Amino acid sequence: MDLVGVRSVSFSYGGPPVLVGIDFAIRDGDFLALIGPNGSGKTTLIRIILGLLKPSSGSIEIMGRPSGEFTDWRRIGYIPQKATHVDPFFPASVEEVVAMALMSNRKAWGSAGRGEILRVLRQVGMEEFRKSPIGRLSGGQQQRVFIARALVTAPRILFLDEPTTGVDAETQASFYDLLDLLNEREGITIVLVTHDIGIVNKHVTQVACVNQKLVYHGSHGDFCRSEVFRDMVTRGDHLIAHEH
Amino acid sequence: MEALLAYGFLQRAFLAGVSIAVACAVLGLFLILRRDAMIGHGLSHIAFAGVALGLFLNILPLAAALAVSAVAAVGMIKLKDRAGLHGDTAIGILSSLGMAVGILLASLARSFNVELMAYLFGDILAIEPLEVGLTAGLAAAVLLVVSLNYAKILFMTFDRESARVAGVRVARLDMLLMVLTAVTVVLGMKVVGILLVAALIVIPAAAGLQVASRFKTAVWVSTATAVLSVVLGLILAVEINIPAAAAIVILCFLVFGLATLLKVMRLRAAPKV
Repeated sequence: MDLVGVRSVSFSYGGPPVLVGIDFAIRDGDFLALIGPNGSGKTTLIRIILGLLKPSSGSIEIMGRPSGEFTDWRRIGYIPQKATHVDPFFPASVEEVVAMALMSNRKAWGSAGRGEILRVLRQVGMEEFRKSPIGRLSGGQQQRVFIARALVTAPRILFLDEPTTGVDAETQASFYDLLDLLNEREGITIVLVTHDIGIVNKHVTQVACVNQKLVYHGSHGDFCRSEVFRDMVTRGDHLIAHEH
Repeated sequence: MEALLAYGFLQRAFLAGVSIAVACAVLGLFLILRRDAMIGHGLSHIAFAGVALGLFLNILPLAAALAVSAVAAVGMIKLKDRAGLHGDTAIGILSSLGMAVGILLASLARSFNVELMAYLFGDILAIEPLEVGLTAGLAAAVLLVVSLNYAKILFMTFDRESARVAGVRVARLDMLLMVLTAVTVVLGMKVVGILLVAALIVIPAAAGLQVASRFKTAVWVSTATAVLSVVLGLILAVEINIPAAAAIVILCFLVFGLATLLKVMRLRAAPKV
């Protein structure tokens, strides 16, 4: 089943086109990497899918409905790129950050809500930090808290935009292991914007490569055998290649 | 305390002062965290134009200031969103315009008089029963709106983009916060005056943010700072005959200084998690 349908989407910020005729689907259970060089329109595409930007032409369908008519946004989790730039003095504990997403006071601070908050914090390995101020945590720990915040509303799909920028390699590895777990055991569909071909090779099942147009969309196995992949690795293309 | 119980004007001053302190303390926290701390300053300048308009048209200055400030608050949001201006630029433009229009109208109305001075510098001891009712009602409205939307406002303050994706109607809440701030500024004019009302919005909240690691703690510290400063400021004004507005703001600053000291000491002592 298609959770998200991107139908002939084009977009421009007023100047030259950023995206042209993008057309693909994200299926239930996918772990999809959205890759492409800097300025290729990856983040723009995610923002269009999430309704933060309107496409110049084309449309988005979410869970079978046009995005304008889709209302159950609690089933969509989003961790934006700038989530790694938390104000170090923002006065919110880890618990409060997760509770925000429940959005109703009764749910956020009632006993059921508290139980749910503890459950997701345990799931991402952050339960012992629940009283800690969010700004005092490391970048990797903060990202786990944001995953917990996204999980607390039981999403079917998680969008993560370059989630490990500025995070050390060891923390990155455990972070992506967590995403694997959520995808395989919890059945949550994951869409990951990344520059890192190493991540693509190790974790994802599907790849969509964007460079103004959709250059490639298909399984990870086919991607590794494709010319697109060979060209990217050969040229560098601002992508980071790891050996795994 | 005997005077408080004996004189109606003092009771009204305490009630209005405490009410406006609570409203300013709560709103101020969100404004500072949204990087909109100067909005109180900007709106106070615009409120001056409203007061001058009231005096010029010979209508209730408070009503004119309320209307002008509410419209300007909405205008600031539109200017920011549609003209692509930074928040501080929109505030700078509209507040300068407000001050210029205010000076022009006050000059045309030949009303640089005691009444205008009362709005500029505050005259809490001369506050009217109607103004007390309005101020208490405003404080109740601020607390109600914030408590009903607490998680949503906190979410959009912390991470606006994720809040939008999650379905928080950020534009509507922005508007609500701005209009409440405009009304708070106007009603706060009588307490500390146009020139100092922004201080009551910013300083107690800044004090709360210096010491709190949880948002709810910040709300309590900010509110306690504002209320304590207003109550002590009024007592000092009555006891030693000094301007209440100045005393209130200086007391706020002293608490802020103490909170900053505590933060510095705590940062030196605490290891990073």
